[in-house]
Amino acid sequence: MSFLSTRSYLGLILVIAVLPFILPYEAIATQILIFGLFAMGYNILLGYTGLLSFGHAAFFGLGTYGAGLSLVYLKVGLFTGLLIGVTAAVLGAMAVGFLCLKRKGIYFAMLTLAFGQLFYFLALVVFDNYTGGDNGLRGVPVPPISVGGLEFSIIKSPLSFYYFAFIFCALSILIMNRILHSPFGAVLQSIRENEKRSQSCGYNTNRVKWVAFLFSAFFSGLAGSLHAVYYQLAALNTLYWTNSGTAVMMTILGGMGTFIGPFVGAGVFLLIEDVISVYTVSWQLFVGAIFMLFVLFFPLGIWGTLQEKFRLWRLRG
Amino acid sequence: MEILKTESLVKNFGGLRAIDQVDFRLEEGQLHSIIGPNGAGKSTFFKLICGELHPDSGGIRFRGEDITALPQYAISHRGMSVAYQLTNIFPRLTTLENIRVAMQSRKTTYNFWSRKEALRDLREKSASILETVELGSKKDELACNLSHGEQRHLELGIALATEPALLLLDEPTAGMSPEDTERTIQLIRQIARGRTIILVEHKMKVVMKISDKITVLHYGAIIAEGKPEEIQANERVQEVYLKGR
Repeated sequence: MSFLSTRSYLGLILVIAVLPFILPYEAIATQILIFGLFAMGYNILLGYTGLLSFGHAAFFGLGTYGAGLSLVYLKVGLFTGLLIGVTAAVLGAMAVGFLCLKRKGIYFAMLTLAFGQLFYFLALVVFDNYTGGDNGLRGVPVPPISVGGLEFSIIKSPLSFYYFAFIFCALSILIMNRILHSPFGAVLQSIRENEKRSQSCGYNTNRVKWVAFLFSAFFSGLAGSLHAVYYQLAALNTLYWTNSGTAVMMTILGGMGTFIGPFVGAGVFLLIEDVISVYTVSWQLFVGAIFMLFVLFFPLGIWGTLQEKFRLWRLRG
Repeated sequence: MEILKTESLVKNFGGLRAIDQVDFRLEEGQLHSIIGPNGAGKSTFFKLICGELHPDSGGIRFRGEDITALPQYAISHRGMSVAYQLTNIFPRLTTLENIRVAMQSRKTTYNFWSRKEALRDLREKSASILETVELGSKKDELACNLSHGEQRHLELGIALATEPALLLLDEPTAGMSPEDTERTIQLIRQIARGRTIILVEHKMKVVMKISDKITVLHYGAIIAEGKPEEIQANERVQEVYLKGR
């Protein structure tokens, strides 16, 4: 248990450092990186605070469009573009979180879903002159970055983008590890376990949940920003509610409330999709069936189940 | 010294008046019990004091400050804590972490950066509270795996963790076997030393044994108040308890 749970983040960083060489091609590794980050950010809410949001596509998509729009229209540098993407996601979460957290449980979930769709329709209909509507925002430029006086383009090869994104992802994992194992992380878990009790112990749980919402949106927005740069496109489906569903499924599949489970879930989810979509267009049917089997028979998810097995094995000596 | 005072407290639920013009005074250092038949308004009174509910009219003063409109978490920080009737713990956290996180509320909420283990004094103090509530040997156990009696003790431990000036106990022996009840009475006696406690209780035997003072509620109003032997001798109380009127 000790290594599996307290040092797992180092193991995860090591694994994703070599991921492009383990997997058949780099594109799938990049997808896993981006969606793994998205799911881990989502898990701050679902797994650690016990809040079921169905609207996280909004924050992923705000990151995508924030980065995409600023790179296209403001001609900003790459890092500024990413920063604007993340800022858009966090600002969006400040308002959405404040309003949605006025309700609990199923009402909270429905409100997040509704707000998520609000952003989708804003991009599709209201601001389609800027966002490209249904087509998404095409031709997002990726300005070269300069390191030590040397300019180079991160999209020169798939590997160079991968390691560019890897740096952000690894830093995020380190930061999330600190946050979730901090005194603040302990308060989040107390809310997940028993919000009423947490309140009577003296925590302003509404405000704590709101702060958790912002952290969650921060990492989701970063994943979305990287998505825009990678595809050189702000795709409309990043805002669609099915993208929220993807985050939920990846997190539960991998093991909500475990630190690296969501990343594992994202990897397994995308690999299954990759393999099955070669044989059939209805790959979602299979991914759905596997998801259901997991919920029914391994509700702790892949990583959660492994952790539990390991714990029992240790107890037996 | 007076630590808590309510003035003409009123709470209605729809057409029902659950608490009716209650003036209640609590002296510091006392174990003051509130008793009454089912539906007398004990639990409502309890929730009004700790801020879980807010009164329709009247006021509550705690340590000289008006706390009537404060939210529960703010009242907690002014030195009041609660042990609930229905066990209200953090089920999938360890026994020690249950206490530690409650205690942490006195220190920090938004510390994102240190490791929680770095707050060493919290760990040590939590461990000593676990000893007080007789759970020292179970510190790494998940709270949901404790027995009912042990969970009741953990509930008390969480309430003690915030080092309250006033401790509210809502039927701490509810659902306990006679042996466990006896043990818990001993524990409350021990905790009561040097503390102020309001005990809401249904079992007369428990109340008579450990209270300094007793207040009797009936249909949301105070019908008697005094030392245990005075209450035992009070005709009106006997009537209410024996005949249910």
